[in-house]
Amino acid sequence: MSHDNISDDKLPDAHAASEGHGLPAVADDPFADPGLPAHEPRRTDIDERAAQRAERQVSLLFVTSMLATVGFIASYVAIKPDKLVFIFPLGHVSALNFALGMTLAVALFCIGAGAVHWARTLMSDVEMPAERHPIEADDEVRADVIQQFKTGAAESGFGRRKMIRNTMIGSMAMVPLAGVVLLRDLGPLPEKKLDHTGWIEATPTAPIRLVNMNTDEPMKAEDLAIGSLTFAKPGPSASRPNGLQDSDEDFQQAIAKDALMLVRIQPQDLKDEKSSALGFEGVLAYSKICTHVGCPISLYEQQTHHALCPCHQSTFDLSDGARVIFGPAGHPLPQLKITTDTEGYLVATQDFTVPVGPSFWERSA
Amino acid sequence: MSSSPSTTPPATPASTRAKPANKGEAAADYLDGRLGIYSLAKANLRKIFPDHWSFMLGEICLYTFVIIILTGVYLTLFFKPSMGEVVYNGSYAPLDGIRMSEAYASTINISFEVRGGLLIRQIHHWAAIVFVAAMFVHMMRVFFTGAFRKPREINWVFGFLLLCLGFFDGFMGYSLPDDLLSGTGIRFMEGAVLAVPLVGTYIQMFLFGGEFPGTDIIPRFFTIHVLLIPGVMLGLLVAHLILVFYHKHTQWGGPGKTEKNVVGMPLMPVYMAKAGGFFFLVFGIIAAMSAIASVNPVWAYGPYRPDQVSTDAQPDWYMGFAEGLIRVMPGWEVRAWGHTLNLGVFIPLMLFPLVLALIAAYPFIEGWIIGDKREHHILDRPRNVPVRTGLGAAWITLYVVLLIGGGNDLIATHFHLSLNDITYFVRVGSFVLPIAVFYITKRWCLGLQRRDKEKVLHGRETGVIKRLPHGEFIEVHAQLPQATLHSLTSHEQPQPLELPSEVDENGVARKVGLLTKTRAKLSEGYFGEGGQIPKPTVEEHQEITSGHGHH
Amino acid sequence: MKKLSARRRHPLAALVVLLFALAITGGLYAAFAPAEKAQADSSAQSLAIDEGKRLFAVGCSSCHGLNGEGSADGPSLVGVGSAAVDFQVGTGRMPAQQPGAQIPAKRNIYSQSDIDQMAAFVASLGPGPVTPTSEQYTSTETDAISKGGDLFRTNCAQCHNFAGAGGALTQGKYAPSLEGVSAKHIYEAMQTGPQSMPVFPEGTMPEKQKQEIVAFVRYQANEAPNPGGLTLGSLGPVTEGLFGWIFGLGVLIAVAIWVAAHTTKAKKS
Repeated sequence: MSHDNISDDKLPDAHAASEGHGLPAVADDPFADPGLPAHEPRRTDIDERAAQRAERQVSLLFVTSMLATVGFIASYVAIKPDKLVFIFPLGHVSALNFALGMTLAVALFCIGAGAVHWARTLMSDVEMPAERHPIEADDEVRADVIQQFKTGAAESGFGRRKMIRNTMIGSMAMVPLAGVVLLRDLGPLPEKKLDHTGWIEATPTAPIRLVNMNTDEPMKAEDLAIGSLTFAKPGPSASRPNGLQDSDEDFQQAIAKDALMLVRIQPQDLKDEKSSALGFEGVLAYSKICTHVGCPISLYEQQTHHALCPCHQSTFDLSDGARVIFGPAGHPLPQLKITTDTEGYLVATQDFTVPVGPSFWERSA
Repeated sequence: MSSSPSTTPPATPASTRAKPANKGEAAADYLDGRLGIYSLAKANLRKIFPDHWSFMLGEICLYTFVIIILTGVYLTLFFKPSMGEVVYNGSYAPLDGIRMSEAYASTINISFEVRGGLLIRQIHHWAAIVFVAAMFVHMMRVFFTGAFRKPREINWVFGFLLLCLGFFDGFMGYSLPDDLLSGTGIRFMEGAVLAVPLVGTYIQMFLFGGEFPGTDIIPRFFTIHVLLIPGVMLGLLVAHLILVFYHKHTQWGGPGKTEKNVVGMPLMPVYMAKAGGFFFLVFGIIAAMSAIASVNPVWAYGPYRPDQVSTDAQPDWYMGFAEGLIRVMPGWEVRAWGHTLNLGVFIPLMLFPLVLALIAAYPFIEGWIIGDKREHHILDRPRNVPVRTGLGAAWITLYVVLLIGGGNDLIATHFHLSLNDITYFVRVGSFVLPIAVFYITKRWCLGLQRRDKEKVLHGRETGVIKRLPHGEFIEVHAQLPQATLHSLTSHEQPQPLELPSEVDENGVARKVGLLTKTRAKLSEGYFGEGGQIPKPTVEEHQEITSGHGHH
Repeated sequence: MKKLSARRRHPLAALVVLLFALAITGGLYAAFAPAEKAQADSSAQSLAIDEGKRLFAVGCSSCHGLNGEGSADGPSLVGVGSAAVDFQVGTGRMPAQQPGAQIPAKRNIYSQSDIDQMAAFVASLGPGPVTPTSEQYTSTETDAISKGGDLFRTNCAQCHNFAGAGGALTQGKYAPSLEGVSAKHIYEAMQTGPQSMPVFPEGTMPEKQKQEIVAFVRYQANEAPNPGGLTLGSLGPVTEGLFGWIFGLGVLIAVAIWVAAHTTKAKKS
């Protein structure tokens, strides 16, 4: 904030703004401050009948408020919470909510309107000036305070007794560490938790079936028509004999990583061979979790094979290995390798080869 | 400080104070003896407050905050901040038999089982939306009128912190019911945290107590939402108000108003009635809003499940600009040495505080450029400081463009545009439009200054047309009253800083630092030829008024 | 530039600027409004096939070919089934009027018997989804709405919004609002996957679940009360924010102006 290098006469004049005030207006200065305009009376100041009318209006507002409060209590007692009523243009609304809200609104608004009307019509509206005093203390006070502080500091010996000072600073700096340490048990360490999903249990010898989210049944490729969209979760495995069920205690955590989006595209429309090979006869199983920040992406346009995320509009081309074609996502949706088991049901034989969901620092793929 | 005279002999048990005239005075005397209320009231009971509607924006913030606290306390009596699972069997049939968290189920019960619960929920949420909006408008009022200048810079910072905390507490509150929309918001937050380099996964695990979503996040948010942030806000709010009282309110310039006074009406009775009444008016209007319009209909969203989502997944409006940043950012991701840097998320995450910091730091930047160390209590008319007004308008433009980005899907459907084109528009517009708006606003302000000058020098157009003897038609201009002339000319016009001469008085070359040069350049931009129109002088005015018929 | 500058105070200057602004806005809109051509799907089954063929020749063949074999302007209708015809023509999407990002629903110009005849003709071209009967799309179960809600949130809400208000897709395409859509048409849309919408075939979403979804959509988008008051379009926080700013803060500021204004002086009245 220093302005040492600036010539002082160019700084705004410290008194420019207060010029004119208190001084008699210079006769030939048309811009001089004429001072506060004289007070002009209101109707209610000079006409007692108008004042009485205003008084009645204020009281009427207060009485209306009282009646509205009574109405509020009556509505609370009388109206059932599930009663619906048609009110134009609101539609079929809860009668209780509307009645309570409107009576409360009137009760409160009328108190406010009464008080303001009272102030505006009956209380004095003479504008008056009050003096301001500078916030800054004058030099004498300033010097006195600084002296007092210096005396206190000298008496404490804080500057002189360096051992006390240093050990005190050291102890104060260390004691918050106790609080930091206490935060350790807020959660586990990340380790490799984000690298794998529930599909990790799938192996070529013990594959996991893809179970339809809607029907809770395994699916065959022929169930999925061209242009269809299906959502799937892991079926029975060693650790979950019934497959993933929404009654499982850790269902939310599991589905946040395991959810699949299955599409079927004409094999000749597939542009990416690697992706095509991970699928089965044009059935492709992609992670439903967006690689941007993890919304369940599933706005699938079956004609263009584009999947759009409803949260931030990252767009993936599912016919081209879920390449990002628009939006803020940084990498394709992970694809789960699928095949069929001996009964012809779609199964996974391995986990996703890359972590699903949003990127993180330790993500190496 | 003591209100009783110290000359009283210590042995006398009776007070020398006059006997109270009535019970009220007696009660006041009792309190004064213990709290010293008389000295406090002496300075404040007839404290003068200036009257202007824009000075009441801060009151809207204060009152909505009080409403939020009152209704929030009521909601805590019924809300269960738990992610334990229950199967819903309440009165809302479309959710019958659906598995959900206790947090969501209790929110549904507040809405449908508790009488008046829906109203209180809606008042709480509407008041929160209006609270942040009012803080925003209040801040802009302070900005455009220069009310942040000395001695009020620190109070500006307090206000700014209140705005930021309001953002975050609002976001936490939005997350608590554990409905499909709020869960999507928490999921976004998880992704954003994961994008932080080095420590992202650790923060995520510690915040959620394990993998997303876990069962800890809602109880933790609850404590932060109802205790931690409101507590800090309350402290800041009290400090903010104490400073408003201590500094006395700013006022608009005009006849009789100076930097050394404040003109208005006294706290007791006018402002007690007006400000007190305004609280009830604000509460009444919010209650009416909650009676007629639904806000956050959690029952319609359904319970949160990480594999379900609804389109139109947006945060409340005040987080909308952050949503815009996130939506329009290209998907940049750097992968090297076995690590991933998710710039597509991390850059917006860093820009979010930066956009806010720009406006927060402005008073200090302006103070440094102008080098003005005086107190200011008379407000600037926005037109008289074109550069500041232009910068403020540019900042609002950036904010609004990003809000458009945050609502791009709804704009696409409602104006039949392509989502992708809106995103491209916002990518370019957030750079180009603020600059364009800055120049337009600045020119506009200069135009208004010219008009003021014209009015001062030539008077106001009366609409009366006169025909002169030689056939020419003229419009009669009427001289403005002195009060108006004063109002239009009383503002200061600072001159730009000048660099010190290359050599000092002894002829020795002087070194001028880069900082000083920059500062002089900026000052030239603010107050140089392009920055303001010289206001009319008395001489100019006299020349024109004396030379009648000249016009 | 000087010349322009000199005229900016002309009385008509504001009008000229306004016209310019309107022209630019309009031009930009025209430039940016999505104009990509959409493809429409359709289908068939049989009864009065000949009558259907006659109607088809008049209304549909210019794009889809005389025998539904398709052309550059319209896809082949072989194998789309009668349900697709019933949906596309019944909702007024077909015959399409003008190219655009997506063919919108409009007033249907055919009678139901005309539609049935065309559907019969198209169905005769190859097997495909059959127009459902009312037993197929009407659920009698009491818990259909809550079950349908869960299915809707898994399969449909991502595009059509939690309340069926519709939403944006890429490049100007959109998922339409489900308000006022008949139960039959909702069922047919899931069966046939019109335009961008994916198909939900019997194999992955059995009839009973489609019934439940239909029950939920009919309830949520048409019959559901709005206990809290105005739904503001059921569009989430964006419209709530607009309402809070415009109505909430707007009224509060209007009241603040009243509170702070000077009371009318006696001599002026």
